[in-house]
Amino acid sequence: MPDLYTRVVNHDVGQRIADLVGLPKPAVLRRHEPGQTLAAGPVVVTDGATGGTLAATAREALAAAGVEVHDDLADAQDVPRYAGLVFDASGLATTSDLAALHDTFHTTIRRLGASSRVVVLGRVPAECDDPATHAAQRSLEGFVRSIGKELRAGGTANLVEVAADAASGLAAPLRFLVSARSAFVSGQRLTVSAPSGTAAADPERPHDGRVAVVTGAARGIGAAIADTLARDGATVVCVDLPSAGDGLATVANRVGGTALQLDITAADAGAVLVDHVARRHGHLDTMVHNAGVARDKTIAGMDRARWDLVLGVNLGAIEAIDETLLRTDAGRAVLGADPRIVCVSSMSGIAGNRGQSNYATSKAGVIGHVAALADDVAAVGGTINAVAPGFIETEMTGAMPVATRELGRRLNSLSQGGLPVDVAEAIGFLAWPDADGVNGTTLRVCGQNLLGA
Amino acid sequence: MTELRDAAILGGNRIPFARSGRAYARASNLDMLTAALDGLVARLGLAGQTLGEVAGGAVLKHSRDFNLVREAVLASALADDTPAFDVQKACDTSLEATLAVANKVRLGQVDVGIGCGVDTTSDAPVALNDDLRKVLMQAQRARGPADYVKLLGQLRPDQLKPEVPRNAEAATGLSMGEHQAITTAEWGISREAQDELALASHTHLAAAWDRGFFDDLATPYLGLSRDDNLRPDSSLESLAKLSPVFGDRETGTMTAGNSTPLTDGAAAVLVATPEWARAHDLPVLARLVDAESAAVDYVHGHEGLLMAPAYAVPRLLDRRGLSLQDFDLYEIHEAFASTVLATLAAWEDPEFTHDRLGRDEPLGAIDRTKLNVAGSSLATGHPFAATGARIVATAAKLLSERDDWEHGGRALVSICAAGGNGLVAIIEK
Repeated sequence: MPDLYTRVVNHDVGQRIADLVGLPKPAVLRRHEPGQTLAAGPVVVTDGATGGTLAATAREALAAAGVEVHDDLADAQDVPRYAGLVFDASGLATTSDLAALHDTFHTTIRRLGASSRVVVLGRVPAECDDPATHAAQRSLEGFVRSIGKELRAGGTANLVEVAADAASGLAAPLRFLVSARSAFVSGQRLTVSAPSGTAAADPERPHDGRVAVVTGAARGIGAAIADTLARDGATVVCVDLPSAGDGLATVANRVGGTALQLDITAADAGAVLVDHVARRHGHLDTMVHNAGVARDKTIAGMDRARWDLVLGVNLGAIEAIDETLLRTDAGRAVLGADPRIVCVSSMSGIAGNRGQSNYATSKAGVIGHVAALADDVAAVGGTINAVAPGFIETEMTGAMPVATRELGRRLNSLSQGGLPVDVAEAIGFLAWPDADGVNGTTLRVCGQNLLGA
Repeated sequence: MTELRDAAILGGNRIPFARSGRAYARASNLDMLTAALDGLVARLGLAGQTLGEVAGGAVLKHSRDFNLVREAVLASALADDTPAFDVQKACDTSLEATLAVANKVRLGQVDVGIGCGVDTTSDAPVALNDDLRKVLMQAQRARGPADYVKLLGQLRPDQLKPEVPRNAEAATGLSMGEHQAITTAEWGISREAQDELALASHTHLAAAWDRGFFDDLATPYLGLSRDDNLRPDSSLESLAKLSPVFGDRETGTMTAGNSTPLTDGAAAVLVATPEWARAHDLPVLARLVDAESAAVDYVHGHEGLLMAPAYAVPRLLDRRGLSLQDFDLYEIHEAFASTVLATLAAWEDPEFTHDRLGRDEPLGAIDRTKLNVAGSSLATGHPFAATGARIVATAAKLLSERDDWEHGGRALVSICAAGGNGLVAIIEK
């Protein structure tokens, strides 16, 4: 449910007052519901320049997901509003080519409806040998981030960089970014580094038949991850501390999964986890490292125990469990054919935060962890990625002082906090079988927060 | 007749036990039993499944709870078409319930079921004064104003005093502790021996919690994640300071430290065929192989109220062709420390063996290092109807933890009960 302010300004009277006084007007975002169409209406896919290589792939992927794809803008009388605009910028090779961005967006942006989706497709700049092409491709990021800030009514804009020969890996990220699942993902650059070797998953139940482990599943974002993965077909093993067992049981029963009371910092936690999954479910397809703690203090006042606890839970335990999964016989035996590991980092790990030196250190470490292990996980047919949530409406943020909370909530392009389900949807996407083109990256789920942008 | 099947114990769950009036002061039997069932369902991944039977009960029960277990099933994550029935046999309730389910499993009547129990002394039923109740019942049958006036004349102020459940035997009016005090004195059980047993219970239970033994046997409830009766720092010195609470207030040996306190809690255990376990990828912890009940005449002073297991065990051993020493673990319910000690003394006593059991040879002593190794009721507390399921789950998990048992992994479970009842069972790996 949107926060109170968002509900007020989306009401008749509230809307008029907000207009009058010039207050921000957060929109009620379109979010995924089973059975809904991928996009809210037709999506126009535009070739930015000749030599572009991705528009055809994009059209094919969206059409396969049931989206009405237009190659050119239809008359406004026929199609007043588009649900999205996908712009193939992979052919933009010089500064003057960039004018194509102006030509398209200058006219098209007004035709976009509520919760619309802008996705710009480009190349990986570092792969471009020609300096002008490199610069042109790098320019896209600034453009997309600005569009993210200009869109109204819950619109988002993101850039997908596709490595050479990796075009087939574009389909899954594109489906995610065009859909309502990416409601709180905006202003981001996502890199597709490898082609997809997997057939497109069932868009309704992409996790069908897959077994997922979610740590920290007793409440908050972890519970939302369990709910979302189960909704999309996964069997979920819910893990949390023995002392959180009652909430854990509630979540496990709600999602029809199993509850495993386990301290993930215990020396044998990885082995216990692997043994449980092997015995009860046979295979592990998705490992979600969500469990995390915060013990805030400025560094001068922080005792060593706070440091050790936060680093131990937020980073050390993830490293130890992944070590068990990837480097022990039992771990490798339980991993499915295309395993997915998804870690939860944080905006604090990118921007830093006063009083959170321990937390930010651990969360930045997570970003390094997924980058470092990407090749190893690819070697067993899988991927490892992270999400970095921004301001998410949870029990924790609900307990913040009102002013701090209001500020935190509005400091992004969507002028509102995200919901736990937004983080869960991003994790679910990274764990799709056909999201195998995305590896070693960290995706922000922050509504294009100003911090660390 | 078809061959009997195995009754495999696949897992258990309880909520931490709470001393009366504390953490669960506002929880009802239905709340607690539902929580215990839901924890078990979550651990074993049974949400939405239909089981063959759920049997269980409570000792202190509101009249509205006549279908307590079925109501708990409906409130739980189990499928609503899971049948259930209530059992009530004092402290033996959930062992008897588990046995009922196990017997159905063995006979082929169900493939899987749950035995469970719950009790609260914090939300105990308080009933109308019996005299007042009779007047009200007559008022239901009254015809016309004259009858009502007559009934009004029968009302007395002392009828406002409610009926409160008492921990006393209906036949003797003595409390369980007072009965046990007689037995304790008869067998000459020393204060020191009782305190040592109580201390061992606390030490063993604390160690079990510390090593994570209960991580897959308990689920926190209402903010409580360990039994709050547990005193890990208990010592013989601190126990020795307590005054007697039963028997002679001067010379008595039974204190609050070596007797179980009034406790709230719930426990459940899942029993199924090994085939059902395999089909659901659930490991088998142990099997419930046999049981025997007995009762004693405590009313006329022929035997102590809680001594029935002393009679049940030899009969069970004879049937199974076993000796008392053929066990790897002994789980003897600690209603009072002296109950355990008097029972053990009886099995070693030639006179008791000859006069009461009609046998030649005493059963003999047990290896005390095998007794209640993960703690028992003195430390956990004793929510009457929940104790049996707690003990069965604990024994089954203990047996499952090792492969090198001297007797292949065999545990003796013994639970005394009010009314002079007793129920004992054998669990094997």
